[in-house]
Amino acid sequence: MRALLWLRANLFNGVWNSILTLAALYLILRGLWGLADWGVVNAVWSAPDGRACRAASGEAGACWAFIAHWYRFILFGRFPYAEQWRPLLVILLFTGLVLVSCDRRLWRRGRLLIAIWVVGLGVSLVLMLGGILGLSHVSTDLWNGLPLTLFLAVLGLAGAFPLAVFLALGRRSNLPILRALSVGYIELIRGVPLITVLFMASVMLPLFLPGGVNVANALRALAGLMLFYAAYLAEVVRGGLQAIPRGQYEAADALGLSYWQTTRLVVLPQALQIAIPPLVNTFIAAFKDTTLVTIVGLFDLVATASSAITDPQWRGFYWEAYLFIAAIYFVYCFFMSRYSRALEASLQQRRAVR
Amino acid sequence: MPVSWAARLRVLLLQALVLGAVLGLAAYLVNNTLDNLARQGIATGFSYLGRQASFAIGETLISYSAADSYGRALLVGLLNTIEIAVLGSVFASVLGLVIGIARLSSNWLIRNLAAIYIEALRNVPLLLQLFLWWDVLRIAAPGPRQAWEILPGVFVSNRGLVFPVLSWSGGLHWDVPHLAGFNFAGGHTVTPEFAALLVGLVVYTAAFIAEIVRAGIEGVPRGQSEAAAALGLRRWPALRHVILPQARRIILPPLIGEYQALTKNSSLAVAIGFPDLMSVTNTTLNQTGQAIEAIALMMAIYLVLSLAIAGALNWVNARTRLVER
Amino acid sequence: MMRAMPPAAAFLLLAIATPAFAGPTLDKIKQRGYVTCGVSTGLAGFSIADQQGRYTGLDVDTCRAIAAAVLGDASKTRFVPGTAQQRFTQLQSGETDVLTRNTTWTLTREADLGLLFAPPNYYDGQGFMVAKKLGVSSAKELNGATICVQAGTTTELNLADYFRTHQMSFKPLVIETLDQTENAFYSGRCDAFTADRSGLAGSRAGRTANPDEYVILPEVISKEPLAPAVRQGDDEWFEIVRWTVYALIDAEEKGVDSKNVDAMKKSTDPEIQRMLGVVPGMGKALHLGNAWAYDIIKQVGNYGEMFDRDVGKDSALKLDRGINALWTQGGLMYAMPIR
Repeated sequence: MRALLWLRANLFNGVWNSILTLAALYLILRGLWGLADWGVVNAVWSAPDGRACRAASGEAGACWAFIAHWYRFILFGRFPYAEQWRPLLVILLFTGLVLVSCDRRLWRRGRLLIAIWVVGLGVSLVLMLGGILGLSHVSTDLWNGLPLTLFLAVLGLAGAFPLAVFLALGRRSNLPILRALSVGYIELIRGVPLITVLFMASVMLPLFLPGGVNVANALRALAGLMLFYAAYLAEVVRGGLQAIPRGQYEAADALGLSYWQTTRLVVLPQALQIAIPPLVNTFIAAFKDTTLVTIVGLFDLVATASSAITDPQWRGFYWEAYLFIAAIYFVYCFFMSRYSRALEASLQQRRAVR
Repeated sequence: MPVSWAARLRVLLLQALVLGAVLGLAAYLVNNTLDNLARQGIATGFSYLGRQASFAIGETLISYSAADSYGRALLVGLLNTIEIAVLGSVFASVLGLVIGIARLSSNWLIRNLAAIYIEALRNVPLLLQLFLWWDVLRIAAPGPRQAWEILPGVFVSNRGLVFPVLSWSGGLHWDVPHLAGFNFAGGHTVTPEFAALLVGLVVYTAAFIAEIVRAGIEGVPRGQSEAAAALGLRRWPALRHVILPQARRIILPPLIGEYQALTKNSSLAVAIGFPDLMSVTNTTLNQTGQAIEAIALMMAIYLVLSLAIAGALNWVNARTRLVER
Repeated sequence: MMRAMPPAAAFLLLAIATPAFAGPTLDKIKQRGYVTCGVSTGLAGFSIADQQGRYTGLDVDTCRAIAAAVLGDASKTRFVPGTAQQRFTQLQSGETDVLTRNTTWTLTREADLGLLFAPPNYYDGQGFMVAKKLGVSSAKELNGATICVQAGTTTELNLADYFRTHQMSFKPLVIETLDQTENAFYSGRCDAFTADRSGLAGSRAGRTANPDEYVILPEVISKEPLAPAVRQGDDEWFEIVRWTVYALIDAEEKGVDSKNVDAMKKSTDPEIQRMLGVVPGMGKALHLGNAWAYDIIKQVGNYGEMFDRDVGKDSALKLDRGINALWTQGGLMYAMPIR
């Protein structure tokens, strides 16, 4: 009875809504039926090669055997086969670091959090690069797939952060030169596509450095990402700074704190806390934007998937490959966006209560 | 404002220091660059824009041949980018509006379908979506010799959708496409690359616009919708005449940001073979070796486009906004 | 939280950015213990990595020959893949020592980009590949066709020039990555695919399940001598690379291969004696060890063996020697005398 009432209120309240509901239900059922048919019923779960897979599925089903065969290449790329436990550990480590940072109890103990991150990043670097502690050296152009994506996203934002804070403070300062420089940089970078900044970093950075110094391609892309996201993060931090009531500045003045002391001890901690939801959103955007490094020759998750489908034994299973990596991106981004929204809601609540 | 002369001097000194540091860094980089360029014998300057381009472009809005200059090639790329930006913005706005409103529907099913659409598209990278659309639009159709003729004169093949257009050259007549050798001659062709880029961008940006629209509508005070209901306005007229005009204030700034984002995202065309500004610049810098000039020019153009979008929309907004008491 | 990132970033930079010297490449290589070669991101027959990251191909073997000559061990190599755009900046900045990446030797590249080209290890030419079912047997029949081409290569230029010369028109489809370009062609989006003919053969062999359904048209529309390249300003290194290539060809001319090289050490032919170091002096002139050519031939083989193994009859590409045969057999491979 309750169910019927609910249906009446939510799905069939009015002629127009009823029509919409019926049309939507029809489309959904057809879509789900087709998807189940392709993805489960007619799918082939194991096969020795592409031709056998296609024959077994009759061209009407997915070939999940492709993923079973290629998942290691798609996830880790050309990282030495025997040592792939290292990038696997790195993925788990990064995911763990992000999860730990979500715990709000740690935010008050800022130094502990920083220490955890530094140790975590250091261990990841050692695991990927090797060369010490008995691990074999693996050069940066063999860092492919998901570890590369994570590295670029996390380090890109982490490196951009100090510059972003300076830019945000500079933009809000009273000193005309500082403000002009900050505004100029922020507006310039925000007005151009990321791909142009990556091209600039990839092609022009070697020209900017004195002849003889060479920087690995992965680092060039990282530098490009850092420069780009510094501008966007600066706006996020600026939003946080703007939300701080004047009373805080006045109280700090009354206590006799200098500009830098005020900024460091009173303003920034509060601003950064307010800025965390948009910060997480920027991280989601950065995580998705790492796919652009394919275009400058880095072998990230999209590139490994594209490469896997060109293997002659396993040609043309692009749906399977792209759906696989789309799922990976979706999982990361969806949970981060959920977290950011929950955070925003609870922060607003706390501020309202206070 | 600092009052003592010592404090003022300190402030001045700090600014001079920062400016000096920035200028110093710039001078160092420029010096290195000129050094490296001279050492490698790479030319500098923008004179290459007048040289013959010697490469062909697949889709052009204006006439272009390989004998034209690099400057004209750049113009072709720019026009292609503007075409995508304008069409994309229009369609994305419409789609975004529909989905944003659907997101607030009283129908549970519609509401959640809209939510699923938004979440699914916002959490998958755009490049991946473009690849998928391109593959779908390319693979599904047959080759031009076995094209589907869905209407007289309108053909669908893996070269795209081609349909007749009115043409002025040689008297007003219908330019009907016909199979000539490998492709269709005549008419206007919408290539899979163009379609994939447009559809991918529209569908992706619409998800973000939908959220903006939702936030805008929810940002209008509840009293407004209650008053509209009290006046006897049904849901859709209330939305159209009361809520949306007020929501516009909240929607417009982030909407401008989305249009700018769409224009910038169109640069991903280089990955799927659509000759936009980025793609033409890429070819140019490969052939002339003058990476700095080409990239700087391209960045300047995108910057101007972003500013133009913001300027134009702000002007329209100022002219047509609600005037309050 | 993020304020401690600078130390981590600094550590990262120190660990990875290797300060290189614009000076003698040979010294740097001897100190480092391996040769760094720029290769492609995956071109069957020339430089391609398998799933485990092992590289094979004609360019890869050329690099290994250089390593054998310089360090005595052909396995002391490191391969840095680069796109068509990055390959030159990688070489110019010192990230790679030599570019063995099926790169065409042209005037502008030597003059404008500050490179020097060693002797070509493959004389190629640009051509077209079409699906057999199109029924096209000559490039002159391609008027109005849609042609897939990868961005960032001289291919686009040659393509436009050819069609203009023959007063035909075409629609180009210019795509950034090779994977997507091939994808577009093999799915039927384009009528033809244009690239160096060896690249076409490699693509057909490595990317399709049924290579016989695609035919490479007979027209060769440009000269593409593919040669290793080094930076200008280091003549010693340039000579080493140049004479490594000549040693490979000379060995084939003289009938020395990896199987009989030990026996050939007892040869009475003074040229072979000089080449293999039985009569010392050649290696020293190049600042290398005496057994430089011996190591090359023993560990990598002579040019003929390399060719057969990577692009010829023992490979999936099955290209015939054509103009890459020895000069004594009507081809262009002519080694300068080692004396």
